[in-house]
Amino acid sequence: MAEVAEQDTGKKGGRQKVKPPPHIDMTPMVDLMCLLIVFFMLTAAFTKAKIMEINLPEKIRDPNVEPPKIPESRTVNIILGPDDRVFWYPGMVREEDYSNPPPLRETSFGADGIRRLLVERNRTLFKRIDDFNNEILTGRISLPRDSIESEIRRLKRDDDTGPIVLIKAYKSATYGNFVEILDEMNIVGVARYSFVDLSWIENFMVERALGISSTASASTGN
Amino acid sequence: MPKIKIASKPPHVDMTPMVDLFAVVLIFLMLTTTFRITEPGVVDTPYSISERPVLDFNIMTVVISNDGRVFFNVDNGPDTILKFRQKILAEMGGHYGIEFTQEELTKFGNFPASIGVPIERMKEFLAIDNPADKAAFQRGVPLDSADNQLAMWVLYTRQVNPAVNASIKGDSGVEFPIVKRVLDVLQDRNVNRFNLITSLRSADVKLEEIPE
Repeated sequence: MAEVAEQDTGKKGGRQKVKPPPHIDMTPMVDLMCLLIVFFMLTAAFTKAKIMEINLPEKIRDPNVEPPKIPESRTVNIILGPDDRVFWYPGMVREEDYSNPPPLRETSFGADGIRRLLVERNRTLFKRIDDFNNEILTGRISLPRDSIESEIRRLKRDDDTGPIVLIKAYKSATYGNFVEILDEMNIVGVARYSFVDLSWIENFMVERALGISSTASASTGN
Repeated sequence: MPKIKIASKPPHVDMTPMVDLFAVVLIFLMLTTTFRITEPGVVDTPYSISERPVLDFNIMTVVISNDGRVFFNVDNGPDTILKFRQKILAEMGGHYGIEFTQEELTKFGNFPASIGVPIERMKEFLAIDNPADKAAFQRGVPLDSADNQLAMWVLYTRQVNPAVNASIKGDSGVEFPIVKRVLDVLQDRNVNRFNLITSLRSADVKLEEIPE
């Protein structure tokens, strides 16, 4: 609908009036821009996805090499169960306890469950990192971003009282749980954590806690 | 009585400010956003507090969709001249005894999404142009021990681009054995460092809230 504004053709005294500039209709341009905006809104990703780094322990292929020993008193085992359930037990299961393994304790994801449990154990380091972050925030120390990260890494490395968390997953756990528990490690600032395979005895313990009659435990036992 | 004359022409609205506004919005959108990558399956990434953004290049991504299919994606490197994708596919073809033409390699190099096609059907897949028909081929990269193509993709990607970083983009509902399988495949190739792709969430922990 290109329309040009009507010009005053009135003549006065034979003199021609100065013509107003021709009016350009902007409506099609508005239509076009509208379409473009809608297109961009639908195809655009406003926030760039984030990444969480994780290092897994190298697989030991040589059977003569023993896995590194870790102090039992600091060990916390976290087992991801089905339906967003999460279990934990301290220490480790000794061979003489295989007939009567320790019971699993159930906790939950989120601030009151696993996070509280870990912060209680990781109090010293958590406080140090917290103080450090506060000093950065209040501007008492000013460091470039890289140095902040390496400083926190140094704090974590020097820590020798915090828990050593072993994360294990039961077969019906989900990937979401896995990421959530790793995230929890980052929130709490656990210095040492690793993802390891679920042993058969732990599999049996989970199934007992879930109330699954573990006929499978006999076959997994050998 | 004089007649009341009704204006025969509708009033003219000046669209110029509207155009100005739209142009500003458009430029804003173009500058602040990146194109969303369409994955061949539904992938609803889990949340984490990590604020590190994804890398722009030198990445290979293993995508696990919510129905358990596994896809593989790799970028062309910092420079499209390097054509990593084409080289990787050529190497894969060499391993499985499939000769890819230059045209097929170019098509693969420009394919915008993740690949979940078994290598035997890659030629058919690349020959099709219709996206809907293409989707039918995306049945997931085989990764069982009998036919472990994912391992070969990882191997050749690392040979072609040694600086590559592995990342995993999984749906939060995927059952763990599939994830474990992917991790095992990567670890068998000595990839022990991963980036898990997540969405941002916030979390605050306060020391005072936790009793001594």
